[in-house]
Amino acid sequence: MRVVLAEDLFLLRDGLVRMLEAFGFEILAAVETGPELGKALAELEPDVAVVDVRLPPSHTDEGLQCALAARRARPGLPVLVLSQHVEQLYARELLADGNGGVGYLLKDRVFDAEQFVDAVRRVAAGGTAMDPQVISQLLSRRSQDRPMGRLTPREREVMELVAQGRSNAAIASQLVVTERAVAKHTSNIFAKLGLPVSDDDNRRVLAVLAYLDHGRTNGS
Amino acid sequence: MAIKKARGALAAGGQGLVLASAALVGSVVLFSLATVSIALIPVGVGMFTTPRVLTLLRAHVNRRRLLAAQWSRVRIPVRYRPLPEDVRKGVTGQVERCSLMLRDPATWRDMRWLLADMTGGAVVAVLAPALILEGVFGLLLAAGLWKPIVEASGTYWYTFLPVDSSDTARLAALLGLVWMIVALHVNTRLVRAHFRLAGAVLNPGRQEELEQRIDRLTETRHDALDTSAAELRRIERDLHDGAQARLVAMGMNLGTIEALIEKDPAQAKELLSKARESSAEALTELRDLVRGIHPPVLAERGLGDAVRALALRLPVPAEVEVELPGRPDAPVESAAYFAVSEALTNAVKHSGADRVWVDMTYTDGALRISVTDNGKGGAVVGAGSGLSGVERRLGTFDGVLAVSSPAGGPTMVTMEIPCELF
Repeated sequence: MRVVLAEDLFLLRDGLVRMLEAFGFEILAAVETGPELGKALAELEPDVAVVDVRLPPSHTDEGLQCALAARRARPGLPVLVLSQHVEQLYARELLADGNGGVGYLLKDRVFDAEQFVDAVRRVAAGGTAMDPQVISQLLSRRSQDRPMGRLTPREREVMELVAQGRSNAAIASQLVVTERAVAKHTSNIFAKLGLPVSDDDNRRVLAVLAYLDHGRTNGS
Repeated sequence: MAIKKARGALAAGGQGLVLASAALVGSVVLFSLATVSIALIPVGVGMFTTPRVLTLLRAHVNRRRLLAAQWSRVRIPVRYRPLPEDVRKGVTGQVERCSLMLRDPATWRDMRWLLADMTGGAVVAVLAPALILEGVFGLLLAAGLWKPIVEASGTYWYTFLPVDSSDTARLAALLGLVWMIVALHVNTRLVRAHFRLAGAVLNPGRQEELEQRIDRLTETRHDALDTSAAELRRIERDLHDGAQARLVAMGMNLGTIEALIEKDPAQAKELLSKARESSAEALTELRDLVRGIHPPVLAERGLGDAVRALALRLPVPAEVEVELPGRPDAPVESAAYFAVSEALTNAVKHSGADRVWVDMTYTDGALRISVTDNGKGGAVVGAGSGLSGVERRLGTFDGVLAVSSPAGGPTMVTMEIPCELF
């Protein structure tokens, strides 16, 4: 799998390159500034981009903006954004086009190499990988609200994992239940969120989106 | 349009009447009282009466300030020196208060204004109703009033017209109309002129204004230094007790692991996972610390999005409206952010609100932010409340905080910081 990497801190960049290579990824480019990233994404056509939010020269959210611009130019381009902090605001912007293939994780998640690499693979395959911190912020705030309030505690647990971008199999093993039980929970959740039945895998992304949008339109 | 103008002129006539009587009665009485009272100070009685009279006088002047703002949008700033909080009770306190008030230049400006008010101010104010009344009287003369008047006392001089027949009475009506038209155009201006005159007499000179400004700056500089020193102490403590301690523990664990790795791999593995946990916790703590010093979204996106992000983390729904054509300087931005953050925290913690609104605009060289909630109200700026902290923070930038929070709600916290956007 071919990766473009953007991270301005040398140590982290180096570490990420080593780690991804150890797991069999091919690093097409490891850049440190926004303009370099823009160029690399346009020219190299990677399978997935791993991008730091804050990049030189502006040291603002240049990485995020580059990633969003690249996704506008090439819809569905898988992008995993890493950040020293996670904000719902940025999560919304990443998910806004509903195309999937996005991830937004705290940098610390690289501590668990296996899980991190799993997240990169999931994003590359068009799935989502949202940081548990964003999701738990949402859950703690929205739990009293409709329609999230209609979810049973178990369904909420499942929703949390779905929102992070886990597959049914992964959720089943984490919650120590059968995959069929998870499937039942997810279809219940989709029904409660008013998402129509379809074979489309994007329904999981839509569920997260509905979730985030729910926050915005809440109460109105 | 014409009706509106006529109504305005009529209202101004009424206002002029009120102002003139306030000037001729209120100001004259107060001036005499004050002069007598001050003259009696050497005898001793004045010591006790003067503070009271001066307090009355200030109320009188303040009422005029209020009317100036309400009727003519003329702002006359209040510039009394505040009395120190530790004024003693009893006789010594009276003497102290008296001398403090007499030493305030604003007192003497008030006295000077009384003189101006009962002369020039009254004349200007009375012109407004006089024009209308004179006009009406001219019409009444033509309508037949001239007859009994002329029969009783001969030629009647209406303004500058000798009225002695129906023809001259008709001329008087014409002149009356002229007066009324003049009133239509100048009445509101006359009232405003009255307030402008008051403002000119009451406003302190440049020297004094500068002195007051220096006092204010000294005070806010003290506050700013105190706040930042406290902040540094907090950061130092957080680092010392938090991240630093965890990193030390991690280093220790790594040392132990080094020793154990061959003898007891199982325990080494366990310690390794502990070390990893410590590093994760240290990171979390550092992240929180950074958020407390300079929130990342603020650095990356500016005030608008930082407050939006803040609102998303609130446990109650919040609507954020931002209309900023640029970004203020980083220190202003940061002060505004933390002020909003504090106001929001207050709203969520104490008001019992289930909705919050934040509005940010930039007008007339000032950043204006309002935080409104639909809670139960009763918030005050005072000792120990978070809002007075906000007030101090804003004070450093010449910003002000106003809280409107009647019991029963809603609460509206308004902040205004003069600044430039870039």
